Amino acid sequence: MTRLARVEDAALLTGQGRFLDDLDPLPGTLVAAVVRSPHAHARIRSVDLEKARRLPGVAAVIGPEEVLATLKPFPLSVKTPHPYYPTATDKTRFVGEPVAVVVASDRYLAEDAAELVEIDYEPLPAVVRTDLAMEPDAPLLHDESEGNVATDRTFAFGEVDAAFADARHVVTRSYSFPRYSSMPMECYVVVADWRDGADGPEITAHANFHGPFSMAPVVAGSLGIPTSSLRLVVPADIGGSFGIKSAVYPYISLMALASKHAGRPVRWTEDRLEHLLASSSGSDRLMTFEAAVDDDGVVSALRVDLVDNVGAYLRPPEPSTLYRCFGNITGAYEIDTVGIRARAVVTNKAPTGLNRGFGGQQLYFGLERLIDDIARERGLDPAEVRRRNLVPSDAFPYATPTGGIYDSGDYHRALELALDNTDYERLRKEQAAARDRGEWMGIGLATIVDPSATNIGYVGLATPVEDRTARRGKSGSTEHVRVTVDPQGIVSVLLGTVPQGQGHATVARDLVAAHLGLPVEHVRPRVELDTATTPWTISSGSYSSRFAPLLTSALLEAADRIAETIKVAGSVLLGVEPERLELADGMVRVVDRHDRAVPFRHAAGLVHWDPGSLPDGLSARLYEEAAFTPPQSKAVSRTDQINSSLCYGFVADVVVVRIDKESLTLSIEHLSSVHDAGTILNKTLLEGQVHGAITQALGGALFEEMTYSDAGQPTAGTFMDYLCPTSAESVFPLTSGHLETPSPLTRLGAKGCGEGSSMSLPVAIANAVADALNAEGVEITSLPLHGNVLHDLLMTANGD
Amino acid sequence: MKAAPFAYVRPGSVGDIVAELARDGSKVIAGGQSLVPVLAMRLGRPAQLVDINAVPELNQLMRDNGSLRVGATVRQRRLQGDELSAAVPLVRLALPWVGHREIRSRGTVCGSIAHADPAAELPAVACCLEATMVLASSRGTREIPAAEFFTGALSTAVEPDELLAEVVFPVAKPGEGFGFGEFARRHGDFALAGVAVRVRTSGAAPSARLTCFGVSDVPVTADVSGQLRAALDTTGPVPSRAALVGALAEHAGDIALDLVDTAGDGHASPAYRRRLISGLVAREVTSAYLKATRSESERGSR
Ligand SMILES: Cc1cc2nc3c(=O)[nH]c(=O)nc-3n(C[C@H](O)[C@H](O)[C@H](O)COP(=O)(O)OP(=O)(O)OC[C@H]3O[C@@H](n4cnc5c(N)ncnc54)[C@H](O)[C@@H]3O)c2cc1C
Repeated sequence: MTRLARVEDAALLTGQGRFLDDLDPLPGTLVAAVVRSPHAHARIRSVDLEKARRLPGVAAVIGPEEVLATLKPFPLSVKTPHPYYPTATDKTRFVGEPVAVVVASDRYLAEDAAELVEIDYEPLPAVVRTDLAMEPDAPLLHDESEGNVATDRTFAFGEVDAAFADARHVVTRSYSFPRYSSMPMECYVVVADWRDGADGPEITAHANFHGPFSMAPVVAGSLGIPTSSLRLVVPADIGGSFGIKSAVYPYISLMALASKHAGRPVRWTEDRLEHLLASSSGSDRLMTFEAAVDDDGVVSALRVDLVDNVGAYLRPPEPSTLYRCFGNITGAYEIDTVGIRARAVVTNKAPTGLNRGFGGQQLYFGLERLIDDIARERGLDPAEVRRRNLVPSDAFPYATPTGGIYDSGDYHRALELALDNTDYERLRKEQAAARDRGEWMGIGLATIVDPSATNIGYVGLATPVEDRTARRGKSGSTEHVRVTVDPQGIVSVLLGTVPQGQGHATVARDLVAAHLGLPVEHVRPRVELDTATTPWTISSGSYSSRFAPLLTSALLEAADRIAETIKVAGSVLLGVEPERLELADGMVRVVDRHDRAVPFRHAAGLVHWDPGSLPDGLSARLYEEAAFTPPQSKAVSRTDQINSSLCYGFVADVVVVRIDKESLTLSIEHLSSVHDAGTILNKTLLEGQVHGAITQALGGALFEEMTYSDAGQPTAGTFMDYLCPTSAESVFPLTSGHLETPSPLTRLGAKGCGEGSSMSLPVAIANAVADALNAEGVEITSLPLHGNVLHDLLMTANGD
Repeated sequence: MKAAPFAYVRPGSVGDIVAELARDGSKVIAGGQSLVPVLAMRLGRPAQLVDINAVPELNQLMRDNGSLRVGATVRQRRLQGDELSAAVPLVRLALPWVGHREIRSRGTVCGSIAHADPAAELPAVACCLEATMVLASSRGTREIPAAEFFTGALSTAVEPDELLAEVVFPVAKPGEGFGFGEFARRHGDFALAGVAVRVRTSGAAPSARLTCFGVSDVPVTADVSGQLRAALDTTGPVPSRAALVGALAEHAGDIALDLVDTAGDGHASPAYRRRLISGLVAREVTSAYLKATRSESERGSR
């Protein structure tokens, strides 16, 4: 039998996955349904729960009154007066916002009772468009604030105005980026239990939440309890997330409160309608990009104006979409002067948050479209403009003006590889011939820096320096692990990252097995996280591709210490100093005398059974914890600079599209994608990440958008209208290339690799379409692109 | 996303079905592929579901002289694969476009027609072929031609107490050719715009009839014999595919202008739908014509 590529797969393929909706961790659990606002914006005049409470089988019904009586607003990342609770309290601010929760013996009954909840709404004018929300007379979402702009910060690095004044050419473009998600297979699930203990409430919550665990104190804050009184348990399989599940946390507070009132544990499983209406998505963004350019297309300065539409609340970790890429805001280019304005605007749409690529797809849509527009204005090939601006290969580590330190890379070589893999020169000739035949064929490039192992300290940027409390900074890219060895020499690995399907267990197993000289079957990874027992801190979790750079570094540190103990035990058995021993083939053996050896398991057994035989002073410890703590991840400086990620990889995409003139159907003829994620830990899994990111990019570029009517009603509320690409849409020729420039900062030289093409490919496709339709006078300034959109663009260009 | 309470019956005979349907608030459930989501979203709240799947006689698929009779529980996938359906080529051309294989193996042919989604394929096929719907109730049985069956989006001539017992498609005759095409944003989605075509070359002059779907609240049928003949006047009676497509394209825009009367949505504006229909009409009328001439010459050489 050939071995499965991943240790995770046997269970998943045979229906043995452990998804929370199938588990029953707390006996006697009741089931909740959420009553949601049908209005985008309305004052709540009254809420009457009595009828619902009287339905037989209903255990509890809670509404704004119960929420206000027990919960505090979630602590926000900024000081804006936008109180955010898990339900609406005074007003509803988006369609789908929870208003009440019904707890009953089953979901059918709970939904029947939900229909009996009577809420008297006074509808208010709604605003969904970012530009309109910023106007002075726009409907105000949060009565206590002055406007809908929740945060507005301006930054300058270098002499920005002077650089633009001196520039030979200034290229200015405005773009908009759509709101879309990554549609996990399983929606949100929470099972919560509220117990009143001697020291106050003790809450246990099982949820398919994957971090960042900075949300744990946010939930505890809303419940008014110490973080340690909130025990969070995450099952091994969470049904995908891509960041979207991080926003399950408000429901943890809400279901804990429901449990308090029901007196029993409460389960809530979000259904797809709820998910599409009110879970999370990436933020949509309006942006203006401006470059100071010389005659040769070399960019000397950049001005960036970003306005994120974060929906009804600045739900933490927003406004982080603005700042996650702060250290790499100049992308792959050597630009040392940059001006930035970053705003987040609240509107009557659902709140936003993490989505694979987090902030990257938005940023690079502007930056990479601009580079193409510069090329067009200067009459240069877009590949050539990139060559002239890329950070040179000998410049690493490269410090960006905004505080990023690009740890390693060879951007030129990666770009040339991507171009060679499509035979770029021939492709351009083919395109010229196609144009002569009247066909629409386009080639799009994107070259981007792929940040990973986020330093969550960037959240501090949202607060102006004068309001930041000294010595209360935030920073960190730490990951945790525990390795233990049992008396038979079987090694268990407990991971602090909460995988969403990436295959962390497989890589952890292979690395530890190789490191300890054991067969892989002797290493058993465990990925269930329990905040009561798994080592963790604020930055723990599965986001920003943290596993490969961070967790593996911690893993080897812990494995090293285990190896030391095993060698000492081996030295007792062999009578040889530990320094002369090595671990290989399941044995502890003398380095140059392989026949002098004892099995690893005997050495482990000695530590367990006969610690008295160990040398004096050695503790009989076959469990080791490690926290990888890179010193390069510091809090925001007083000059507003931050190294917002630990590692910076690179992606070059070259995509070829063709547009059918009759139907305007867009097809991808070829994609050449080159990734440099540092040292490759597992080629198959890396390739899987590349494919996944490409497919999600395809969704954003061509299919998916969370649309709203002007009155704030969602118009893509089911899978009939919110279109995810399926396998039928995702099959096209792909040449995937890899470069390995190891990171000097991580133990194995690995960087993250989970997000790259989800940041680069949306804009590469936009660039290709712009290239195809260049002669028609069509400008591509937004996504998604499909026949209907192209039809409108062509009509507008023709003056129809 | 859980249905409101409802009663459920699974009668063993057509007589019992129609008796149950006579009760207020009853609704047929066949393949459930459209009805179950409606129930789960509480968009519909029938008091009682009448499951028709236990009646063997409703599962009949048979050739009856010049027609193919498709019973109420015959699955779309069965019709697609059954040898009998070769006699109705348009059905075979259309069925692969209905959802996905998984949907087709549960969804029924009659259910699709009774559900009457304006973007569905089978209602358009029924209209193009001038199929007949057989309706049964405790009041008796009646037949309705497809042209009178579809009364609006998701509404038909079927009364609440009636069962669509079978749909009767005429089998193709020599000298007939068919075309079918559609555009959707993804594989398996309901069409943004589509067309079913029947061309006859057996008479004195060729005739053409087409039904568009996804472009109005019901399938819209038009006789385009005049346009086909005009196109053939410029190409001659034995045109190449490209020549005939080109000649028909001259007329296709006007046909689309006539037939597309939807208000449009986020996936396709009326103008874009017209663009799609124009292309489809030229291409599929050409296909149908070329097949019709081929089928005629096959007969001639026999
Ligand atoms: C993901 C998905 C994709 C789909 N894509 C397409 C597509 O591309 N094209 C397409 O045409 N369809 C599509 N469908 C719909 C599918 O074809 C359905 O099967 C069909 O529309 C209804 O058939 P059914 O047997 O499932 O009917 P049901 O769902 O059981 O019933 C549908 C309605 O018709 C009524 N009804 C059913 N049978 C009868 C009868 N014999 N007499 C009276 N009333 C009856 C029911 O009362 C109900 O109101 C799709 C469905 C899904 C879930």
